[in-house]
Amino acid sequence: MPSPLPFFPEQASSFAGHVDALFSYILVTSIFFTVLVTLLTLFAAFRFRRKSASEIGAEIHGNTALEIGWTLIPLILALGMFAWGAVIYVHYRTAPKDTLDIYVVGKQWMWKLQQPTGRKEINELHIPVNRNIKLILGSEDVIHNFYVPAFRVKMDVVPGRYNTMWFRPTKVGKYHFFCSQYCGTNHAVMGGWVTVMDPAEYAAWLADEGGDVNPVSAGEKLFTQLACTTCHVPNGTGRGPSLNGVYGAHVLLADGSTVTADESYIRESILQPKAKIVAGYQPVMPTFQGLVSEEQILNLTAYIKSLQTQPVPAKGAGVAPASSGKKSL
Amino acid sequence: MSITAAVPAKTLPQHHYLNATYGIRSWLLTVDHKRIALLYLASVTFFFFIGGFFAMMIRLHLLTPSGYLLSADTYNRMFTMHGVAMIFFFLIPSIPAVLGNFFIPLMIGAKDLAFPKINLLSWYIYVIGGAFTLYSMISGGLDTGWTFYTPLSTVYSNSAVAPAVIGVFITGFSSILTGLNFLVTIHTMRAPGMTWFRLPMFVWAHYATSIVMILGTPVIAITLALAGMERLFGLGFFNPAMGGDPILFQHLFWFYSHPAVYIMILPAMGVISELIPTFARKQLFGYHFVAAASLAIAVIGFLVWAHHMFVTGQSTYAALAFSFLTFLVAIPSAVKTFNWVATLYGGSISFDTPMLYAFGFLGLFLIGGLTGLFLGCLGTDIHIHDTYFVVAHFHYIMVGGAVMGYLGGLHFWWPKMTGRMYPEWLARVSALILFVGFNLTFFPQFLLGYLGMPRRYHVYPPEFQVYNVMSTAGASILAIGYLLPMIYLTWSAFYGRVAGDNPWPATGLEWKTQSPPLTENFEVTPIVTWEPYDFHHRPDLGLDPVSTHEIMPAHGDD
Repeated sequence: MPSPLPFFPEQASSFAGHVDALFSYILVTSIFFTVLVTLLTLFAAFRFRRKSASEIGAEIHGNTALEIGWTLIPLILALGMFAWGAVIYVHYRTAPKDTLDIYVVGKQWMWKLQQPTGRKEINELHIPVNRNIKLILGSEDVIHNFYVPAFRVKMDVVPGRYNTMWFRPTKVGKYHFFCSQYCGTNHAVMGGWVTVMDPAEYAAWLADEGGDVNPVSAGEKLFTQLACTTCHVPNGTGRGPSLNGVYGAHVLLADGSTVTADESYIRESILQPKAKIVAGYQPVMPTFQGLVSEEQILNLTAYIKSLQTQPVPAKGAGVAPASSGKKSL
Repeated sequence: MSITAAVPAKTLPQHHYLNATYGIRSWLLTVDHKRIALLYLASVTFFFFIGGFFAMMIRLHLLTPSGYLLSADTYNRMFTMHGVAMIFFFLIPSIPAVLGNFFIPLMIGAKDLAFPKINLLSWYIYVIGGAFTLYSMISGGLDTGWTFYTPLSTVYSNSAVAPAVIGVFITGFSSILTGLNFLVTIHTMRAPGMTWFRLPMFVWAHYATSIVMILGTPVIAITLALAGMERLFGLGFFNPAMGGDPILFQHLFWFYSHPAVYIMILPAMGVISELIPTFARKQLFGYHFVAAASLAIAVIGFLVWAHHMFVTGQSTYAALAFSFLTFLVAIPSAVKTFNWVATLYGGSISFDTPMLYAFGFLGLFLIGGLTGLFLGCLGTDIHIHDTYFVVAHFHYIMVGGAVMGYLGGLHFWWPKMTGRMYPEWLARVSALILFVGFNLTFFPQFLLGYLGMPRRYHVYPPEFQVYNVMSTAGASILAIGYLLPMIYLTWSAFYGRVAGDNPWPATGLEWKTQSPPLTENFEVTPIVTWEPYDFHHRPDLGLDPVSTHEIMPAHGDD
């Protein structure tokens, strides 16, 4: 630690500078009002201190102009803070397209993280510098939160759904990550290190993957084991739609609406298949709730993702026709 | 302040509410709002010291990064039970149930609250709820956090969740009944001449608080009932493994628990609005605006709950709306602060103990309120949510604001409640110790939070130690600051100098009766002919009606 009484944590992501700038703006405004009110109070306490036991104050009831002034000025300053904060937040909640996607599963009390190539880590995350990184977060038990102070980002990890967060690390180094949502006994030790690496080093680290199984091949194996292949026939002749090209595309549903086939949709379709029925199909798929672990869902998702480049059959595909691909409100 | 030797020693009045009847039954079956207030005083003080003990354990444990005192499970129980005891059993009832109960009838010239028996019932409900919670604390403790987040609390926790949930559920009804009693009393039992705009600001603040109590508390009741059923009977309301939604719990929980923050702070603001005019001997600046600000806080306060959930993955649109409303609710608090400072201008300011608490409140509430902006702001909340920044902010509002207000009010009205004065210089020194200890405890936590230390950690990386040591040092000073008033106030209730009817003097109706008051408060129903906090047209106060300050009235309205 360079300073014995540090104030700002290290800035190591594209968000850090923005968050610190906004923080400084609110801080300066706050200090201004703190000093103003304190000085006025001290001045009044001294200037108008009681000088004889039976003395009373002046007869002043109020002043409407002052009231309007000290309502409007703080309001304007506050709305400025709101707007600036909103800009950063919307940027944070809208991940760019070209992200490196990493799957993160939280469980009491450890983190499992998986690279796109399948390399798995426990309580460690290796990422290349200056790449947009997206974390897809799932929990096996209670609510956790993935928090990297040096990046100024965090997101809850909620059981039963996926949350995503993104950031772009800007500085090579090792940074703490924490669980910041209280999750039981060992909440405080449920953390680890993010290692931001030079792209070449990262590539070398990734290649040296030991015996880890590729999630796509693991997912493919599961897809057969769980007999998904019986109905989801690639050429579109099965009782379920072909999954070729589905990932990332729009899916037309029985009720006429469309949905984007992202991680959450795929997860829901595995666990609650009756929630969204693809147009032209019967709700015959059984639920896999309780039969597959979070990790297995991730593997299945990785496999379905890999089918994105496979040929889409003319008939029997889950993909919606281009015309209905428009987002309906 | 000056000691005049010629004044003959005063004596307590022969008959008053404390000596009207004797015996344990006369207390446990009393329907006198003043005695019920004292029952509450004893109960909330009991819970304050339980919560304080847990706080001390937490701070001692965090002196070193590896935590030398408690196991992880014990630490988690300590901070959870600290929160539960302090919030549900001290802060929420403290000012309303003690000072509000005692003084609202006196301030409006009534004999009692509208429903004296319901008032006693609400104390018994509080005690029963407290007993369940104490049972949870001694039968394994509670480790869910005071927020009871699901599915941790309903499925995964191995602690005594059910009795605590039942205890908090029960206690809520005491809050609802107190709020109901206040609203009806304020509406129907004001003395002749006590118009709405002659009400002391303390009464306005409790009017706003009562609305929040009545509308908000049923929501926490149903939320805890659902969580309790999930815990006890395995019904999947919030558990995602059974199709439930854990985020739904947070919406329901904060729908009450955010407004509950205003249940805790509005009454303290009411106290400060009494103290500043009294000890500046001057009308409250902008009376109507301060009253309207209380109501605005109560109303807008209901619309900001999801600002506790900006990083749960809630919709971006929801986050934008709730952040916007959060900035709106900050404005009435700012308006109040400016009005309090303006009240000082042209006053005749003394530094009696209650006024020192009011000054302390101003400084701490200012910091607490302004740091709320960082949390309500979406961009910065992503970073500081769930860190020590939140802990520091919350304590600046709740301890720096609500507890300073409570202690200030207790010192202000102590002579009326007991008929006796506390040792003034000891009280002033205690107030100073509290202020210094408080800042040393909690200011470093803002820095810890921005550096990224998450809250509810029983161990932490060594780079966070410096600020933790400061905080623990501050906490030990703070503890002295709380023990001293406890001791000297208790002592003074029996042996203090006799105070007389109106020792400050103050303008409120409660000072027009004897100290301690009669059971029926007033011998004859008073008739109010003066404006609130008016020192100029009150010859009965025995003050010099001509201000020695040559201050021209500010331009604008009268």
